Amino acid sequence: MNALLVICGLGFVSLLAEIINVKKGLTAFIAIGLLAAGVLIIMDWDTSLHYFSDMLIFNNFAIAFSALIIIISIFWFWMAKDFFGAKAHQTDRSILVVFTIAGGIIMVSFSNMAMLFLGIEILSISLYVLAGSSKDKLSSNEAALKYFIMGSFATGFLLMGIALIYGATGSFNIITISQHISSHTNELPGFLYGGIALMLIGIAFKISAVPFHFWAPDVYSGAPTTITAFMSTVVKIAAIGAFYRLFSFCFLPVQSSWLIILQVITVLTLIVANVTAVYQVNVKRILAYSSVGHVGYILLAFVSNSATSEGTIFYYLVSYSITSIGAFTVLSLVEANTGSTSLESFNGLYKRSPFLTTVMTIIMLSLAGIPPLAGFFAKYMVFNQALDHGYVGLVIVAVVTSLIGVYYYFKIFGAMFFGEAEGNQLSIPFFSKLLLIILTALTLLIGIFPDLLISLFEIR
Amino acid sequence: MILSFLIFWPLFASLIAFALPAKNARTIALAASVVELLASLYVVSLFERTAATQFVMDIPWIPSLGITFTAGIDGISLLLVLLTTVLVPLIILFSFVSNVERPANFYGLVLMMQMALIGVFTALDGFLFYLFWELALIPIYFICLIWGGENRVRITIKFFIYTLAGSLLMLVALVYVYYQTPDMHSFAIQALYSAGRALPATEQALIFWGMFMAFAIKMPVFPFHTWQPDTYTAAPTEGTMLLSCIMLKMGLYGVIRWLLPLVPTGVHEWGMTAVILSVIGIVYASCIAIVQKDYKRLIAYSSIAHVGLIAAGIFTLSRIGIQGALIQMVSHGVVVFGLFAIIGLIEERTKTRQLSELGGIRNVAPILAAVFTVVMLGTLALPFTSGFVGEFLLINSLFQYHAILGAVGGLTIILGAVYMLRSFKQAMLGETNTVTATFPDLTNREKLILFPIVILVILIGVHPDPLLHISESAVDNLVVLISDYSASIK
Repeated sequence: MNALLVICGLGFVSLLAEIINVKKGLTAFIAIGLLAAGVLIIMDWDTSLHYFSDMLIFNNFAIAFSALIIIISIFWFWMAKDFFGAKAHQTDRSILVVFTIAGGIIMVSFSNMAMLFLGIEILSISLYVLAGSSKDKLSSNEAALKYFIMGSFATGFLLMGIALIYGATGSFNIITISQHISSHTNELPGFLYGGIALMLIGIAFKISAVPFHFWAPDVYSGAPTTITAFMSTVVKIAAIGAFYRLFSFCFLPVQSSWLIILQVITVLTLIVANVTAVYQVNVKRILAYSSVGHVGYILLAFVSNSATSEGTIFYYLVSYSITSIGAFTVLSLVEANTGSTSLESFNGLYKRSPFLTTVMTIIMLSLAGIPPLAGFFAKYMVFNQALDHGYVGLVIVAVVTSLIGVYYYFKIFGAMFFGEAEGNQLSIPFFSKLLLIILTALTLLIGIFPDLLISLFEIR
Repeated sequence: MILSFLIFWPLFASLIAFALPAKNARTIALAASVVELLASLYVVSLFERTAATQFVMDIPWIPSLGITFTAGIDGISLLLVLLTTVLVPLIILFSFVSNVERPANFYGLVLMMQMALIGVFTALDGFLFYLFWELALIPIYFICLIWGGENRVRITIKFFIYTLAGSLLMLVALVYVYYQTPDMHSFAIQALYSAGRALPATEQALIFWGMFMAFAIKMPVFPFHTWQPDTYTAAPTEGTMLLSCIMLKMGLYGVIRWLLPLVPTGVHEWGMTAVILSVIGIVYASCIAIVQKDYKRLIAYSSIAHVGLIAAGIFTLSRIGIQGALIQMVSHGVVVFGLFAIIGLIEERTKTRQLSELGGIRNVAPILAAVFTVVMLGTLALPFTSGFVGEFLLINSLFQYHAILGAVGGLTIILGAVYMLRSFKQAMLGETNTVTATFPDLTNREKLILFPIVILVILIGVHPDPLLHISESAVDNLVVLISDYSASIK
């Protein structure tokens, strides 16, 4: 909780900095503040404190997800320092990003539907603006508008769902709702299920699960690369966290009513996202579809064990977001050099920058799920858990889609190692180099010693 | 302790090779692989010829998932470890001839591959085995992608996805068996064995196919071989050597260690199918080899034929079949290294591998031709060459298993003679032409690579006993393990 206050404080400091015109060192200040927030949240481990009449509950789930959001945000600030360049709007951008993080933390720690809504809105509204932050680019404007319209629809669904559920159970509190559902099994009104369905649609928009994913590739590829990195990591963690909290903590007693729908969504997400990614010729779009595809694996973990899959999902998100931040860092460096994110801009990267090629190779191998990297172990845990609960059919679908995944990730290898070198040698600032080395080392470390994270949640 | 050195030393050397300046890389790689060879010889000297698994290392790794870092060496593993440690220095030495670009990355990948191979041949934990199995695929993929020939992007991705598909099936099968182990599940090999054999026949059959696909693709067995000729042809010679001399043995070793004792009932039920597929592969690949115009492709197909015979021998589940398979695995590794090395040298000098453009090399390069003759006779399994012992045992076991299959499988000797002698005649005999007129004979460095091969071919042929003894008791043990259980089921 203290962490949340610190982060909101950082937001206000940024607002003040705009007024009193102190811009120098603001980004560094925010990064240090986030670090402090990270320490504070980790100190709360195993306390499970309730705040604001049980509207927020910081149990270990919330703490782990908040810590992950904060740590990934720090990495993101590190990679995105050019985004806060001298060019103006530095404070505006900082404010928006900081409030997005605050919204994310509320989303993973809510215990009341009102807080869920508040968290999602704080996060989304900041993001609509951030997606359009390259004001002079048409694609960025388009992304912002598209995101805003689709996002508003989703929010509408969500709000309608909350209202129906309140009508059926008489409460906003997810624990009360859950207890009410289990104690009145035979006298639940039909519109409760309507409410659950509406919430499912709303939240499926936010986590970009197929068939509610159409906004994602366009917004991801239209927004500035740094913001895309933010959306596909920090925001995704928050959305998945909210999804898990809602469906595992609250709607578990009526699992039978939504499990089938969710299974269908899982299969569709796995297949559609991975197959569509094959046809992309733009690395940013490949990464956008791949991020939708990864949601499919997370959903597979959830449908196979809705009650206690948080350990698997958390591990998956850690490995996914670390590698994704790395991939986007490489992409933005290449983009800065060639001015494009197409597959051709990676041509001959092996000759232009062996360092970037090595890092990108390890990252792509991890995203494709090749051992001994983090991405492999994440997929392994998902498959393992699904097999344990008898979902052999879904696992086979997931195995096939990971093979398809290998194909499109490896397309980038083809360009890097085989394409004719266009453009000049890339010089990488030491600052970015250090970040990439840390991210690569983490990818290896949590891949080779997964017990460091698994033991947190005692998944067995 | 010595085993952890064997596994981690190549990894350490690989990191050094990556990190240090490129010009030192090849010296470091050669030195490191020679140290590895000496270490493996030291292991041989300490090895006791019993069925027991020796030099066991057992380190807790991921306790919450029942995964430990367990590895050990028995007779079967030792032969393959030895094959790896003998051939890798020779492959590195061979690469001196072709003078690869970007040597730091190349040697780093080769050494990383060596680590993974040693790991595959010694792992005693299902998860660890899978991990090393996949790990071996990554370096060879990049070796083929970066240093390969025409069309390599398309060919290597096919190779990668093909083999990965097989391995994922194996992983699913292994995890399935893992969940049959008692509570607090474990990937330890003995736990998996007892869980696997307790499964009902239908499930054993499914596990059999899951694992068999992975191994069959790696070997490769007909009809899962379509990636192989293209990949062997497109890969650089060193990559082809790694693939054919050592990597395909992973599939055969996998069958012996991780398939036969794991689901004996499934193996008894489906073993016949596997033998038939292998025998079809022998005849099919030999026939295709006969009409090949590209020398490297010809050897690639001949490799499918030879592996088919070895696989058939293993699936006879008999003692001589498996013993023959093991010795033939070693011999095949040595002989194929020789063949690819010679073709690599010919390509280096004439810039062509087309048989029709070659001819008369013996006139200008008698030493090379003599070496080629010995290696070729080894392939043809002439008595007193390394190929003879293994092929004799294998065909013998196949005849005992089923007379007709034995007869068809035995065709490999005749068909092999056809394609090998025909191609030898085209390339080596006859008149020299413009391409081969200026063909230089072996240099001293090349002699250093090829003479050990010649010595090994003859030595194993004349005196195979030491090798056979190494694996004898382990194989006896294995055969008892397979047959005992199936008898009790009936």
